Amino acid sequence: MTKPFLQIDGKPIPYTAGQTIMEAATAAGIYIPHLCHNPEFEPHGSCKLCTVKVNGRNCSACTFPAADGQDVLNDTAELNELRRTVTQLLFVEGNHLCPSCEKSGNCQLQAAAYFLGMVDAHFPFFYPARELDGSHPDILLDRDRCIFCELCVRASRDVDGKNVFAIGGRGIDSRLIVNSPSGKLADTPIAATDKAARVCPVGAILVKRRGFEVPIGERLYDRHTLAEESLEREEPIVESRHD
Amino acid sequence: MDRDENERRIVAGIVENHGRDAHRLLSMLREVQRELRHVSPTAQQTVAETLGVCVTRVRAVVEFYSFLSAAPLGKFDIRISDSITDHMLGSRDIAAYLCDALAIRPGDIRPDGRVSMAFTSCTGLCEQGPAGLVNGYAIPRLTRERVDRIVELVNHDTPLSDWPEALFAVEDNVRLKDRLLANPVKPGASLERVLAQGRETIFEEIETSQLRGRGGAGFNTAWKWRFCYEGPEEVAVCPPGQPAAQAERYVVCNADEGEPGTFKDRVLLQSHADQVFEGMTVCAYLVGARQGFLYLRGEYLYLHQRLEGVLAERRRQGLLGEGILGRKGFDFDIEIRLGAGAYICGEESALIESLEGKRGVPRNRPPYPVTHGYLGKPTVVNNVETFFAAAAITLHGGEWFASVGTEKSKGTKLLSICGDCSRPGIYEYPFGVTISRILDDCGADDTLGVQIGGPSGMFISDKEFGRKLAFEDLATGGSFIVFDRTRDVLEIARNFTHFFAHESCGFCTPCRVGTALLKNLLDKIGDGHGAAGDLAELSRLGRFVRSTSHCGLGQTAANPILSTLERYPELYQKRLKTIDFEPGFDLDGALAIARRLSGRDDENAHLTQT
Repeated sequence: MTKPFLQIDGKPIPYTAGQTIMEAATAAGIYIPHLCHNPEFEPHGSCKLCTVKVNGRNCSACTFPAADGQDVLNDTAELNELRRTVTQLLFVEGNHLCPSCEKSGNCQLQAAAYFLGMVDAHFPFFYPARELDGSHPDILLDRDRCIFCELCVRASRDVDGKNVFAIGGRGIDSRLIVNSPSGKLADTPIAATDKAARVCPVGAILVKRRGFEVPIGERLYDRHTLAEESLEREEPIVESRHD
Repeated sequence: MDRDENERRIVAGIVENHGRDAHRLLSMLREVQRELRHVSPTAQQTVAETLGVCVTRVRAVVEFYSFLSAAPLGKFDIRISDSITDHMLGSRDIAAYLCDALAIRPGDIRPDGRVSMAFTSCTGLCEQGPAGLVNGYAIPRLTRERVDRIVELVNHDTPLSDWPEALFAVEDNVRLKDRLLANPVKPGASLERVLAQGRETIFEEIETSQLRGRGGAGFNTAWKWRFCYEGPEEVAVCPPGQPAAQAERYVVCNADEGEPGTFKDRVLLQSHADQVFEGMTVCAYLVGARQGFLYLRGEYLYLHQRLEGVLAERRRQGLLGEGILGRKGFDFDIEIRLGAGAYICGEESALIESLEGKRGVPRNRPPYPVTHGYLGKPTVVNNVETFFAAAAITLHGGEWFASVGTEKSKGTKLLSICGDCSRPGIYEYPFGVTISRILDDCGADDTLGVQIGGPSGMFISDKEFGRKLAFEDLATGGSFIVFDRTRDVLEIARNFTHFFAHESCGFCTPCRVGTALLKNLLDKIGDGHGAAGDLAELSRLGRFVRSTSHCGLGQTAANPILSTLERYPELYQKRLKTIDFEPGFDLDGALAIARRLSGRDDENAHLTQT
């Protein structure tokens, strides 16, 4: 029996039933930029960096089911421009202090900006002043660096079984909230070894006393582009899920 | 007993009364808010503990819905509608007058705790504005005299139940009836026909009618109901002729009429609720549902008791409950659930999330609610007017309905007409009616343009009045706002853009950040600080938000800007400065903090921006 196929940028890509476009692409070694997606977790579809054109319509590759005969556009000037804009929006929404951030060099938002050729923020900054939580002995929570990918929410709920995080507020006033009577991280059971403490793709949740461990030039995204790093990490996960 | 302990006891009682059902979280929190004037952190903790859910789940819901508050509100909480139609009727002046009289500022609670005041999105009283809410109950036609009366009642601490009924009288203002409004269905008449003719015949009638959803998107109603009946492949259990018993199915009536300028569902629920519930019950019979919900927007709280009364009467008549009209196995009942001030809950998947007691964040689609809806089960979600029409089609037949209208838009459409016209109200027209005919009928002259379908629809100019209302040309959920030549197009776009930024749920990046940026940029231009580059930016950003957002809110949020920018570029141009670039910040304003800190306010402490 022949496998069903879809096309990405004109190239036929096989997929298995139940896969999303993102999964099919990753399994085939094709990189679709993304931030809120991580194949270890249920797809979320919020950041919209993975927007692709499916038969002429914009869709999120991480949630949209793969189907026979789909004509998917991914690596086009138009889509990359759009993704650059999404990245700029995320930068101006928060306070992203790349040069002094402990996550610098290992940050997916920063790496996405490099990958997409973002040279400035373009839009006026919002300079939010959301509450910073340094209460936990081992973990720092800087809400102004949060991009609302909810990976920590999913990791704490689905992997750690602790439900430490959620999103509160609405619209531009959204913010990460913490599950304890005081609302402080120190009063939750989160530990530095938890998945939720390590899954943050940006510098919003940081394990303390680990900053600047790796010299500039040797950090993750100094050595690899976001595309290389993503595929290397995610391909085996997708493969093992859909054997 | 100390205050905290007392509060905990009240809150736990409310949770118990709801059977500790976490799906009813929003209803519980509404009650807590009503009893205690806020949902305090202690109350949130108590709800969470009693329900056995995380406190974040509760806190997130409290923070999402505008009518819930973690900080105390006044004993009388007054909210003035900020819809464009209320603005046009002088709401901002009335609000200022009210604030003066109460000695309060918008967003504040008076130090004595008696009263708080704020603005709210459209209250759906657009043709009898300026309107407001007091503790959630609607008060239309605010005049200085009526405000004086309210202030007096507040200052005398008169309980809301003792306020004069006349203050709360909401009119129907039905101006033009066509086949639906002129032929109301007698309670039970459609159901008798369903039972006499059987499922397939009625399915065929609805198919023949070619009824499309009246919420705006216009999906074919018969198909939607058929998909729900058949269910998703993995639970396809009901071949024709056999009861669809195995999988639960739900019928949801979307009465979250939040689109500014729309109020026809309010009138249907106020005066034709029986027929709406009849339509839901017909649907339930066809798809095999036993449970229905009316999701009523919080702004229509005043209708709640009345609607409960209609439901009780229908149960008494055997039109709801077990064995409807004596037919064994035909069991269906309807529960009313109230929203709490979130426009996004009009989006069907966000509405379902809200029904499940969560934040109203639209789901990823596919799968669609019709196969994976409430609690993941097949669910029909239709607008109030759709069920209202379906009941009539069931009784009078599909042909009766489809004989008017256009090729792709059969039947009639209810319009809510407001703005600059002498006869605002409800009008029923066959699809295909021209804009100029409507303007003549409602008494509009010297019209500059019309907003069709509310902020998420389109602004059309006076050069387009020959266009038709129909899915082929101008689709609409029913909002029709008339603007005459005294109105400022930019201010209209600005009001709508603020509305969307306020109502964005915040889930996806383009809408969360994009609508806020659009708002700021339009404010910059409106305040006279715009430069040529800002117009190009406005249009580029608008198109970006439209094409990349997660749901309909974001996909339409830029429409007011894009449709006015396209039609009236000169009006935007006129507002611009002649230089190429103007910074988005106010240099002198930025020094205000420094001036305050240093206690200086002399000439040298100011900077002029060039």
